Amino acid sequence: MQQSPIVEIQNVSFGYEAARPVLREVTLAIPRGSVVGIMGQSGCGKTTLLRIIMAAYMPTAGTARVLGAATSTLDRERLYAMRRRMGMLFQFGALFTDMSVYDNVAFPLHEHTSLPEELIHDLVMLKLQAVGLRGAAHLMPAELSGGMARRVALARSTALDPQLMLYDEPFTGLDPISFGVIVRLIRELNDSLGATSIIVTHDVQEALGVVDYVYFMAAGRVIAQGVPDEVRGADEPFVHQFVNGLRDGPVPFHYPAPEYGADLELAGS
Amino acid sequence: MQFAQWLEHARGHLERLGNRVTSAVWRIGFASRFLAYLVMHSGTALRRFRLTTAEIYFAGVLSLIIIVVSGLFVGMVLGLQGYETLQRFGASESLGVLVALSLVRELGPVVAGLLFASRAGSAITAEIGLMKATEQISAMEMMAVDPIARVVAPRFWGGVLSMPLLAALFSAMGVFGGYLVGVQLIGVDAGAFWSQMQAAVDVRNDIMNGVIKSVVFGIAVTWISVFEGYDAVPTAEGVSRATTRTVVTSSLAILALDFVLTALMFTGGNKQ
Repeated sequence: MQQSPIVEIQNVSFGYEAARPVLREVTLAIPRGSVVGIMGQSGCGKTTLLRIIMAAYMPTAGTARVLGAATSTLDRERLYAMRRRMGMLFQFGALFTDMSVYDNVAFPLHEHTSLPEELIHDLVMLKLQAVGLRGAAHLMPAELSGGMARRVALARSTALDPQLMLYDEPFTGLDPISFGVIVRLIRELNDSLGATSIIVTHDVQEALGVVDYVYFMAAGRVIAQGVPDEVRGADEPFVHQFVNGLRDGPVPFHYPAPEYGADLELAGS
Repeated sequence: MQFAQWLEHARGHLERLGNRVTSAVWRIGFASRFLAYLVMHSGTALRRFRLTTAEIYFAGVLSLIIIVVSGLFVGMVLGLQGYETLQRFGASESLGVLVALSLVRELGPVVAGLLFASRAGSAITAEIGLMKATEQISAMEMMAVDPIARVVAPRFWGGVLSMPLLAALFSAMGVFGGYLVGVQLIGVDAGAFWSQMQAAVDVRNDIMNGVIKSVVFGIAVTWISVFEGYDAVPTAEGVSRATTRTVVTSSLAILALDFVLTALMFTGGNKQ
């Protein structure tokens, strides 16, 4: 029997203001064990969709089922119980700046378990070893590079061995070495934990190398989907422009403006 | 036509005024619910008292220098000004009474409260606001940890416990400053200075009322500080505005509450 998807989004609409919907009847399913990318240009609604999945926002219409439960039906206690089975990597890591690397990774363990300190120490070292930063355990977040901070955050978000990992723009601002490290870690952690990962990003080429399946979003809708090779060869104009980084296409280079000559006050315009 | 335009103009003004009043009332309601939630979820801060102790250090211990130095100077100025006035009536030996009552009843709680709002309140707002701007609060939520219980409550209780101690220290340093100037510098009789002070200052009516004021100011300032930080727009400008609002609102709240408390405590006392 086929397992049900770990995340099921059905006809979900959402808007911060009633008059301006950000998501319009989005439907998608994330199968267990996969690494799925949600891509699109800035402002297309992909981060909002991620926040719907993590139940930070509730859909104004439709249903979001995550880890088997409709998010809108959860009370605070069940919501927190669900989040304990999820991990989230924020765009810039969101490390606690008043705690060392060790304390950051130990934080979820201290908050949610009553394990003895020696065991917590071993678990933290295990997680830091997995991201290659065991030697940086004593450092403060201000002493880390952007790539290192992202890796520490990754270790922290996997501290409780989550079933579902969410990544919000994990590649932004990384140098090529850090980028390569993060891409490899996302795949390795997903496979070793037996987890499912959702990557929200606009770094198309980088993400296509790590994901199993891609959803493309524009103006709050899913406009294309497929495995990476299908997406690379897609002839849908927006996807073609986006994947190949073309200047003009369905998304124009110029923001709507009056006639250029009129703005420069040229005669005859 | 002109009248219609004027009417439209007035309607616009009235609408804006209405919006402002509505949003102010809404904000007060939100802040009150925030306080109620915070108090109800203070279990972590009190059970794991180490979290609160760390905040007592940041809000209280690190405010010691400004409180001690300010208290000393305020007391010294009181000594000078008080002597100048009292000696005209031949009552310079009551200097100790004047210095002590001014400090324990009014200046101690009020000035310490104003200093606490500027030093510790602004720091609390900026810290929580920056945690929000750098997604640390969201990260905590995502880790199924309630940020109000884990971040806000320890800061609130740390501030509430620190403020009365700082106010007491301010008053003590002020009395010492008054003694330095009055007795050591000007030459008021030390015995009269201390004995008159001891006879005139009442523990319940003066000292306890001062302590009550400092507790109320501590609650008000720390509540405003944590709320403004938690409600800050998560940008550099938003945090800066929230920090400014903390200092302005806290200062006005202290002065307004001081008037109300003084009216209740001392006016009522005189009537009896």
